[in-house]
Amino acid sequence: MANPAREALLDPLFNNNPITLQVLGICSALAVTTKMDTAVVMSIAVIAVLTFSNFFVSLIRNQIPTNIRIIIQLTIIASLVIVTDQILKAYVFEISKQLSVFVGLIITNCIIMGRAEAFAMQNPPVLSIVDALGNGLGYSLILLMTAAIREVFGSGKFYGIPVLPIVSEGGWYTPNGLLVLSPGAFFIIGFFIWALRTWKPDQVEAD
Amino acid sequence: MLESYLNLAVKAIFVENMALAFFLGMCSFVAVSRKVETAIGLGSAVVFVLVVTVPLNNLVYVYLLKPGALVWLDPSLAEQDLTFLGFLTYIGTIAAMVQIVEMTLDRFFPALYNALGVFLPLIAVNCAILGASLFMVERNYTFGESLVFGFGSGVGWALAIVALAGIRERLRYSNIPVGLRGLGITFLLTGLMAMGFMAFAGIQL
Repeated sequence: MANPAREALLDPLFNNNPITLQVLGICSALAVTTKMDTAVVMSIAVIAVLTFSNFFVSLIRNQIPTNIRIIIQLTIIASLVIVTDQILKAYVFEISKQLSVFVGLIITNCIIMGRAEAFAMQNPPVLSIVDALGNGLGYSLILLMTAAIREVFGSGKFYGIPVLPIVSEGGWYTPNGLLVLSPGAFFIIGFFIWALRTWKPDQVEAD
Repeated sequence: MLESYLNLAVKAIFVENMALAFFLGMCSFVAVSRKVETAIGLGSAVVFVLVVTVPLNNLVYVYLLKPGALVWLDPSLAEQDLTFLGFLTYIGTIAAMVQIVEMTLDRFFPALYNALGVFLPLIAVNCAILGASLFMVERNYTFGESLVFGFGSGVGWALAIVALAGIRERLRYSNIPVGLRGLGITFLLTGLMAMGFMAFAGIQL
């Protein structure tokens, strides 16, 4: 792992995952994962906003006065989210309706502020983009895995296509309603963290 | 009238709990729930900021951003629709309000300021605050309703974080599997609490 770009891209996937280790951006990760299509759109939106915000913040990092950096970062992020929201409304209106307030909440998604503050403020633009892509992918990985489990076992479908024939439509699978409701999301993420930390014991907290 | 306000408050506190039903403010929810004392501090700060910002953003929306909201300025602006500027204005209002609240507390109520400490500035990026404002706009609340909604969702969030902190303090004496310690068990606990809160679903006054 001598190459810093490679490290910035691959590290956040498992070793330093934004959701399971840095505890960033959990809000949206849980709310949009009942179905695959919303999770996919949300992942793409977050990766896009994260990449551009990291790039712009890094570009002007030497001009930003330290005292007001938070408000400048927020302005950049909020403008990018407005653009994203408009694009989503124009091209995937149905899904943007389902995501409701969670598109707007990308602004306060801690991943974006966190990466701008922790990485983009100290590193050159190209490296910041790579870092943003890595963290965005790490975030999407958890998001998509959670959504896949919740949709397949919660409603017997994958990406809207039935894979497990459910009882109410003459099949054999009784959908697990708990997974569609909010507690299911907490449990799945909890188990993910458990699995990941059993695999990589150095991530365990000294509690 | 009073009845519908009460109903809205109960709904915001229990049924549609910000943290447990909508997953809002999760970052600080997980990070600051180690001790009951700090949880109470952060909880009361959130209630305070929500009570101020949600009605304020309601005014901003009704008099500046809504389609045709600028009529009071000039009749020719009746067609003007500025809703797309919403996110930027709400977060600006919230950041400014947090700053003002912080300075006022520092000047006039130093005891409270010291008690809240580092949590006040953190609140500006708490999703629960922006989320409440966005829900207010999406559901078209009036000024009175948004005041009640801000208070209710704040109290609900505070209740959830204090309860979780209480459980986590007790948990220190239990033998948890190594990989599950810290973050993992917190998620499972929150899931169980969310299940508990689901018992409130359907309550109407």
